[in-house]
Amino acid sequence: MTSFLTDLFSNFWVSLAGKLLIVALMIPLVGMVIGFAEMKLSAKMQARVGPYFAGGRWGWAQLIADGVKFFQKEDLIPAEADRPVFKLAPVLVLVSTVALLVVIPFGPDLIFRDLSVGVFFALAISSLSTIGILMAGWSSANKYSLMGGLRAAGQLIAYELPLVLAVVGAVILAETMSMAGIVEAQVSAGYPFVIFQFVGFAVFMIAALAELTRIPFDMPIAESELVMGYLTEYSGFRFLFFFLAEFANMFTLSAIAVTLFLGGWWLPGIPDDVLAYAGPLILVAKTFLLVFIMIWFRWTFPRFREDQLQSLAWKVLVPLALANIAITAVFKVVLG
Amino acid sequence: MVLDQDLVRHLSESSVSVELETEDMTLNIGPQHPSTHGVLRLVARVDGERAFDVQPVIGYMHRGYEKLAEVRSYPQITTLVNRIDWVSGYANEVPFIVAAEKLLEIEVPERAQYIRLILTEMARISSHLVFMASYPLELGAPTPLFFALRERERVLDLLEGVTGGRFHPNFNRIGGVKPAYGSGSSTRKVIQDLPAGFLAETRDAMDKVTVAVDEINSLVAGNEIILARTKGVGVLPPEVAASYGVSGPNLRASGVGFDLRKVEDYLPYHLFDFEVPVGENGDCWDRWHVRLLEIRQSVRIIQQAIDGIPSGPLQAKVPKVIKVPKGETYVRAENPKGEMGYYLVSNGAQGPYRLKIRSASFSNISILPWILEGVLIPDIIAIMGSLDFVLGDVDR
Repeated sequence: MTSFLTDLFSNFWVSLAGKLLIVALMIPLVGMVIGFAEMKLSAKMQARVGPYFAGGRWGWAQLIADGVKFFQKEDLIPAEADRPVFKLAPVLVLVSTVALLVVIPFGPDLIFRDLSVGVFFALAISSLSTIGILMAGWSSANKYSLMGGLRAAGQLIAYELPLVLAVVGAVILAETMSMAGIVEAQVSAGYPFVIFQFVGFAVFMIAALAELTRIPFDMPIAESELVMGYLTEYSGFRFLFFFLAEFANMFTLSAIAVTLFLGGWWLPGIPDDVLAYAGPLILVAKTFLLVFIMIWFRWTFPRFREDQLQSLAWKVLVPLALANIAITAVFKVVLG
Repeated sequence: MVLDQDLVRHLSESSVSVELETEDMTLNIGPQHPSTHGVLRLVARVDGERAFDVQPVIGYMHRGYEKLAEVRSYPQITTLVNRIDWVSGYANEVPFIVAAEKLLEIEVPERAQYIRLILTEMARISSHLVFMASYPLELGAPTPLFFALRERERVLDLLEGVTGGRFHPNFNRIGGVKPAYGSGSSTRKVIQDLPAGFLAETRDAMDKVTVAVDEINSLVAGNEIILARTKGVGVLPPEVAASYGVSGPNLRASGVGFDLRKVEDYLPYHLFDFEVPVGENGDCWDRWHVRLLEIRQSVRIIQQAIDGIPSGPLQAKVPKVIKVPKGETYVRAENPKGEMGYYLVSNGAQGPYRLKIRSASFSNISILPWILEGVLIPDIIAIMGSLDFVLGDVDR
């Protein structure tokens, strides 16, 4: 039986279909879990109860009910909109999120594809979603959407560089750009890179928040200024796509941060044969810790102004990341 | 080759002037927009994120209260006026009733005056707490809203207990006040007075509000992003503020210590010890901070009033059918949003011949074209929010 399964999954097409199924199920599942966590945590922080009725207990089915509601809604496209671009934009945003999952190692041998330039791939793909946002802003034929889209493009210039520079330190320490290799380097070193790369980790998380367009960097949406930014004209399942992409993106970016800085699926003191099975759980637990911090920020901080983000990125984050790279490199040469 | 200096200069200048020619966009903010406090509409010419020639368009909420007042009797008009600035409905009633009493030359019993004063200050606290709730929201922080509104509910519960209405108390009568229910039992004749335990509960609520205000202060004032967004943004110099007729906390934030409670005698404020907080720079931060300090002063006034409230009747002797003698008067009051005035002209009938309402928000938003010239779009929202206007108060 086992050999039959092994044979089956060694077939390229079967294993591809299996992987696709896992991704297809994982994205909505993770989106719903994080969405629900956001609802309940924000309620706790704001002296509210949060979802309560759907599903009976704790309102656990609230996100499912919301999803069903979105699918029932009329698919509205503004008359002036650039229809193909308008339709393509949410897909592109979601696809970039899905593609990020490919390079995340969930366990010692659990990775969809261990690319030798995994880090590079992840950073390149993650900025793809900005193009989707820009497309959404441009095609909606709405001035608020356009401004939201352009703000997202301006934001890309601000955070992309710190994001890339922040991971360089971890890459120097691991001497590889493969995501699985970076985790293994941390295992063999015996400590997660965050200990010597705390600056890199902090810069990465701040830049990741900007990439996710979440508070305090949610200027492209900026409800009180731009109504709903690039999302203004979206409704129904297209809006749901954006929504899902935001939550799933929180997960994937946090998972990348965990892989690069927090040791990924590895936890010190746990034997290897247990790690083979517990790896995904450890990774998800660490990831949700970071997701929690993001949710915490979301409900605590106000919003920066666009120019304040630029000066934060160029005057603080980039110099910090560069100094971090220089110091890491010197120590690597001197000590390693 | 001969260098033609003029040609060189011409070329260098022309290369500078060849900039990217971009078209400005006209942006319509409102009347349906999340943070225009109702149905204010701004038409702005925007160059990227910078806004120019911002023109407020008002009138979407005009209800014609001045005209309606001409065909109503005095007791009926209180229902209208507490809908002008609905965030502090009670405070709108008092100056109107005082204007009518002034023409009638009625002496209002002291206890009624104290009750009016306590409730007016409560209305001020609730109005400022709405500002404390909505302003961080406009800057993108949703959480302080819930804390501020929770405290406001305490105050509104007390107001409701006395008057029967949370937003529209309709509580003042010419010659005094009329509580919704008395402290007597159902078998005995009901004595019209404050509800039992009101004073003790108010004292308790004021203590809680003080704690909450400190909490909001540490939550908002300790936040670097809030400071970065508000300090030095939307600076309103005192002379400009005065020339546009800006009043209330907005004027005081610019450093002008002008408070009608210290100047006018529509309520016995001279009996109480309180300060008039003023700002230094007149920016958004000062406007937020002045309102925070004003809540503390209002708490102080209420505590003193509870300690010193005299006993006695709630109502002066007035005829059954009130006819206000011929004459005209202007009564102005320090409302939460600024100076609220009623110019009352009577020709001896049961209702006014003409009632001119001077509302604070109307004058306060007249500053918008001046203060919003050349600011960034996020700052438009930050400045508008800091002026704390209500559209019902603008349009009447």
